[in-house]
Amino acid sequence: MAFLGAASVSVVISALIIVSLLGEAISFLGQIELDQLTEIGWFPRRGLYDISTLIVGSLLVTALAMLVATPLGLLAAIYLSEYARPRVRRVLKPALEILAGIPSVVIGFFALAFISPEIVKSVFGDASLFNLAAAGLGVGVLIIPLVASISEDAMRAVPSSLREASYGLGARKVTTSVRVVIPAAVSGIVAALIVAVSRAIGETMVVAIAAGASGGSLFTLDIAGGGQTLTAAMASLATGTDQVKGASAAFQSLFFIGLVLFTITLILNIVADRFVRRVRQRY
Amino acid sequence: MAAPVAIAVERRLKSGRADVKGVAFHALLLLSLLITLGILFTLVYEVVQTGFGVLTDRGSDFLTSTLSANPANAGVWQGLKGSFFIALFVIVFAFPVGIGAAIYLEEYASDTRVTRFININIRNLAGVPSVVYGLLGLAIFVKYLGGLTGGRSVMAGGLTLAVLVLPIVIITAAEALRAVPSGLREAGFGVGATRWEVVRSHVLPYAAPGILTGTVLSLARALGEAAPLILVGAISRGFFATSGGGLIDELQGKFTAMPMIVYGWASNPDVDFREGLASAAIIVLLAVILTANGAAILLRNRYERQR
Repeated sequence: MAFLGAASVSVVISALIIVSLLGEAISFLGQIELDQLTEIGWFPRRGLYDISTLIVGSLLVTALAMLVATPLGLLAAIYLSEYARPRVRRVLKPALEILAGIPSVVIGFFALAFISPEIVKSVFGDASLFNLAAAGLGVGVLIIPLVASISEDAMRAVPSSLREASYGLGARKVTTSVRVVIPAAVSGIVAALIVAVSRAIGETMVVAIAAGASGGSLFTLDIAGGGQTLTAAMASLATGTDQVKGASAAFQSLFFIGLVLFTITLILNIVADRFVRRVRQRY
Repeated sequence: MAAPVAIAVERRLKSGRADVKGVAFHALLLLSLLITLGILFTLVYEVVQTGFGVLTDRGSDFLTSTLSANPANAGVWQGLKGSFFIALFVIVFAFPVGIGAAIYLEEYASDTRVTRFININIRNLAGVPSVVYGLLGLAIFVKYLGGLTGGRSVMAGGLTLAVLVLPIVIITAAEALRAVPSGLREAGFGVGATRWEVVRSHVLPYAAPGILTGTVLSLARALGEAAPLILVGAISRGFFATSGGGLIDELQGKFTAMPMIVYGWASNPDVDFREGLASAAIIVLLAVILTANGAAILLRNRYERQR
């Protein structure tokens, strides 16, 4: 029975997350005029709560991150699953796992100290030090191992009889990988990409460090300039530089953003879960 | 002398057009993996190059000094202490509850609608962004239970991170339990052992290395998290006095942690903090986390070889 109690703790945690987010978010919406949610830009201390500024910022960062992580992660997965000899795999796989274990705050430092001046500056000459592009590339680095490991699992789950059948028909390795293994593992690969998107949207520290705009941000589509995402706005509302204490609307907007973020990631995770289970059922 | 026919056949088989596409694809795959590892290498190089000097100049002084507005005196002692307490909270709260939950789900629960709901719920919890756990910590541990935790304290931070890693502990422990061959259980039941006896003396020892690997990895995850601590109100820069009282005062007092110090310094306008000191703090943080991760990987490799 003690074990049942332990298992139900997870349900209690979920309930607490939903109750605390909903409670404070509703109280926030009660305190402001609804058209404040579509004012120009996100400046909580001035009563401007344009949530679309943050959502678009998050989408820009996520799109850039996926642009980096999808090819690198997928190709690395194909290599590890189809090409690498066991001995090579035993060296490369832990190396990827080390990258996966590096805290996001360290990747954030890397984005600001290296990606922004060395890479973003060489593409956009007039880029500011803090910019959404560096944040997006940093988040991309962060999710490469995630894409690689989930899609590698999916490819390794493809029965070897399919590969042997393909070789038996005279197909070469590249044809077998691209035309047989990848289509057979597609559910798992899609799941990997959805999980990666969800992780990128929820990533906080890289964006909080590298994207700048700690006080607030105007609506922007310029990735060479600073900007704010759902997560970075929460971090800056909570830190000393922009401390908004007590039960003010600005403070409670924190929970409103949290609710939006929670809803988006929850939907993505449920969809990804469906895809993963489809792989399991088939093989 | 090989028969000319055999030679002709061999030539015929081996020649044909060279597999250009195959070689190019292989090269592309290898290249993408090398780029990824190159990023990892660049990151480590960048950090070591800017931070190692600070560590060698300051020596152990860097580890034993407190936060300060003066880059020449600032150190990470308070961060090490905060991270130590956070690790304690994770070990004391998340590990037993997580492993207990996994034992229930894998060994005791039958496949009912409730069990399936709990399982789905745990998987979804594992995907909730860490910053949302920070909001939970702010609402529950800082505000609602503020009398007990002392508000923005290391106790609130540690409990928040224990909640954050709980689903990961449950999932990895459940996987380790699932890998135990069912013959082991059946043999136990066959000689009349109760379910608990089978779990305690057969299943758990067999699954222990796997469970241990999972718990160590989740501890490493907790040690690297900064986002939830920002929301719970950890200090990221500037001096703060540590309460001089006993353990309880310490647990209820203001706090920081290694990743928070990295965040505070990396986003500091002062270039001394932003480069040298931030890198030096990262080296300390990575040393702690990579030791834990490396231990977990070694454990797993040994365990896989035994099979």
